[in-house]
Amino acid sequence: MTRYIVGRVIQAVAVLWAAFTLTFAILYLLPSDPMELQLAAAGVQEDSLTPDQLAAMKQRFGLDQSIWAQYWHHLTGVLHGDFGTSLSQQVPVSDLITARIGGTLTLSVSAALLSLVAGSTLAYLATFARWNPLRVFLTRVPALGASFPQFFVALFLIQFFSFQLGWFPATGNQGGKSLVMPVVTISVLTSSVLAQVLIKSFDETLSQPYIATARAKGLSRSAVHLKHAFRNAALPAMTILGVLVGLTVTSSIVVETVFTREGVGKLAQESVLSQDVPVVLAVVTVAAAMFVLVNLIVDLLYPLLDPRISHTRGRVRPAPEVVTAT
Amino acid sequence: MIVDIKGLDVGYLRHRRVQPAVAGLDLTVAPAEVVAIVGESGSGKTTTANAIIGLLPANGRITAGSAVVDGIETAGANERTLRRLRGSVVGLIPQDPMVGLNPTKRVGAQIAEAVRLRGGSPDEVFEHLAEAGVPDPELRARQYPHELSGGLRQRVLIAIALAGKPKLIIADEPTSALDVTVQKRILDHLGGLVREQGISLLIITHDLAVAADRADRIVVMQNGRKIEEGDPATILGTPRETYTRRLIAAVPRLAPRFDVRDQKPPEPILTLTDVSKTFAVSDLRRGARGFNALDKVSVTVPRGQTHALVGESGCGKTTTLRIALGLETATSGSVKLDGDEIVGRSWNRLRPLRRKAQLVHQDPFATLDPKFTIAQSITEPLVSFRIGNRRTRLERARELLDQVALPASYLDRLPSELSGGQRQRVAIARALALRPDLIMLDEPVSALDVLVQEQILQLLADLQAALGLSYLFVSHDLGVVAELAHTVSVMSHGRVVEQGPVAEVFTDPKSAYTRELIDAIPGRRVADAV
Repeated sequence: MTRYIVGRVIQAVAVLWAAFTLTFAILYLLPSDPMELQLAAAGVQEDSLTPDQLAAMKQRFGLDQSIWAQYWHHLTGVLHGDFGTSLSQQVPVSDLITARIGGTLTLSVSAALLSLVAGSTLAYLATFARWNPLRVFLTRVPALGASFPQFFVALFLIQFFSFQLGWFPATGNQGGKSLVMPVVTISVLTSSVLAQVLIKSFDETLSQPYIATARAKGLSRSAVHLKHAFRNAALPAMTILGVLVGLTVTSSIVVETVFTREGVGKLAQESVLSQDVPVVLAVVTVAAAMFVLVNLIVDLLYPLLDPRISHTRGRVRPAPEVVTAT
Repeated sequence: MIVDIKGLDVGYLRHRRVQPAVAGLDLTVAPAEVVAIVGESGSGKTTTANAIIGLLPANGRITAGSAVVDGIETAGANERTLRRLRGSVVGLIPQDPMVGLNPTKRVGAQIAEAVRLRGGSPDEVFEHLAEAGVPDPELRARQYPHELSGGLRQRVLIAIALAGKPKLIIADEPTSALDVTVQKRILDHLGGLVREQGISLLIITHDLAVAADRADRIVVMQNGRKIEEGDPATILGTPRETYTRRLIAAVPRLAPRFDVRDQKPPEPILTLTDVSKTFAVSDLRRGARGFNALDKVSVTVPRGQTHALVGESGCGKTTTLRIALGLETATSGSVKLDGDEIVGRSWNRLRPLRRKAQLVHQDPFATLDPKFTIAQSITEPLVSFRIGNRRTRLERARELLDQVALPASYLDRLPSELSGGQRQRVAIARALALRPDLIMLDEPVSALDVLVQEQILQLLADLQAALGLSYLFVSHDLGVVAELAHTVSVMSHGRVVEQGPVAEVFTDPKSAYTRELIDAIPGRRVADAV
């Protein structure tokens, strides 16, 4: 078991490093010159500076060094929690991130929890319902939820609940009330996807012979559904759980922009627009870290939920499926 | 009467129309009686069983008649009434023990549910496990299904059925999923239990031999109707219906079809010499160690004849087949196909040889791509080896379908439109596409009903005679081996324990293990009666 955990952690770190390196390569190999961008941001014409001034500035931002030296500098910096200085705002990137990460984390975690509850409940009811029209309706609902674009959902919620009913504020991140609509916006998509996977999984599980065994014992329908079907149906859905939680993080870009919330998502959107390379790099790295962490947790939870996956006992390498020799 | 069914009609609702599955059925089961319903897939035998235990699928409807179980009318009864019957009046032993238990729950907990429902104490779990013949009940109760062998899982399912203290146990196809010897021991045990405790037993089976060996009364069903009923002696001795006679004829006789005892064997097409296979098993506590799947196995397939590999699951027969096909590499030893050594060949150098040896699988439902038409499936090997063009391939497919006795109109069909036997014919046609010399048959009939089994075995024998094919035939069923094979190797724990002409091994088995296998074949009463 220890070996399994250590292996997974090493793998997670490797993925994180690869995400950082890839982002670095893409951002720094872009044709635009970061110096030029920065000067443009400050409203200074590059031609108005003397070569000496330019060189001094490049030295200050480390842009005179080779690409490898810059990469190394950034990588060691990140390991110490130092993401460099924002080109557009002239403040340490780590300060920008720490000031905003709390809001985004609250948003993501709340959205993930709501999706989990809403998605599971919907799937449970859709497969438990006996009245056929209700069953069909509940099975189709997730497809509808998954097809609305997030910005549309967000605008609809603002129009209805803020402007017409006045229940929730349309913008800002003051208090719990301002959190409701952004969280719902994200969850409409993620809970729908989760419900779709779960419903399919439930249907497959319910046709398994062991369900017939359970019913033949004389267990009630609800006992069979809850005690025998639910856990087995949830296993395949675990895999996409990591992806969905990742999705709540990326969704924050749209949602924070539409609801004007201060957060990492909005920071990402702004820094991409102003081509603030160090900030973009930091945001991507932080998002990747969250993504990797969630998937690591899912991986570690798996053996606890499925006794067939065991990492303590020896395993015979499973024989590959025999394919018809041609 | 525990079960009293009168004029029962059951149908399935499809596209707003009721398709009848059972029609006008009369059936009774008396206390402590063992009744067997015999019939092919689609005969309505499983529908009948489901109606008795109140487990008809959501689209199942009882449209007429009555089914009284332990004094309670189940036709038209609500879920609450039916649920009181399940477990406490009628217990069920499902068909396939490998998938009949919830994989994420300890087996003890699964039995405890049934004990709790009738208000028993948790300790009774161990009693029922012991009753079902599970050794070490305290240990086993804490294990998960995947940690138990198929035989033990079957016993756990019996324990679950017993835990409700039912008056009737329904055993659905109790012989189809496990090895014959294991199954025989379990059925003997179950037979003893129901006799001791006075429980009635309803056996649902496609195999008349099983029914004849174990039942007090046999009910033969065809197309949803009961066509014949009586005690085994009457059914076997004076069957009234042609269908019953066909079922009796399909029971393997253990009379070998071929006797090659005094003949000089023809040249071998496939020779395995001292083949061993060790699988690496990684064990975190004890380090890497080996598991010997095969230990110096030598097998010869004579040209134009059939050699059978027989043994229980885990004996190494499938590994031998995979090594012979070059899908698995031997740890040591030699495999010669038509004179060419295949051990140590790379995938690419093995590929030309693959045309000479083809494979037919056990499960005809899983071996055909559901999205391929029959023509696509059959011509795929030709496409893969770039043989011919579109037109000649289609022509060849037509010819192959003719050889396996299917009409050419099936070329455009999808596997889902075909029955199990028809699919197996398609799989055989596909194996024949490249005109191989040798066909490896991996349990080719064990997923099929007896009557279909008989037809497929006949087809294989006919093809062998017409095309001069050689077969390497893997089976757990000695009865089938007698129908098809010339020579046989009996395998156990990765070794060949006995080898020789089928006629010799059957009449004069040398090893105790072979004798046990022969004894386990159902159909004693049939053999005696005919």
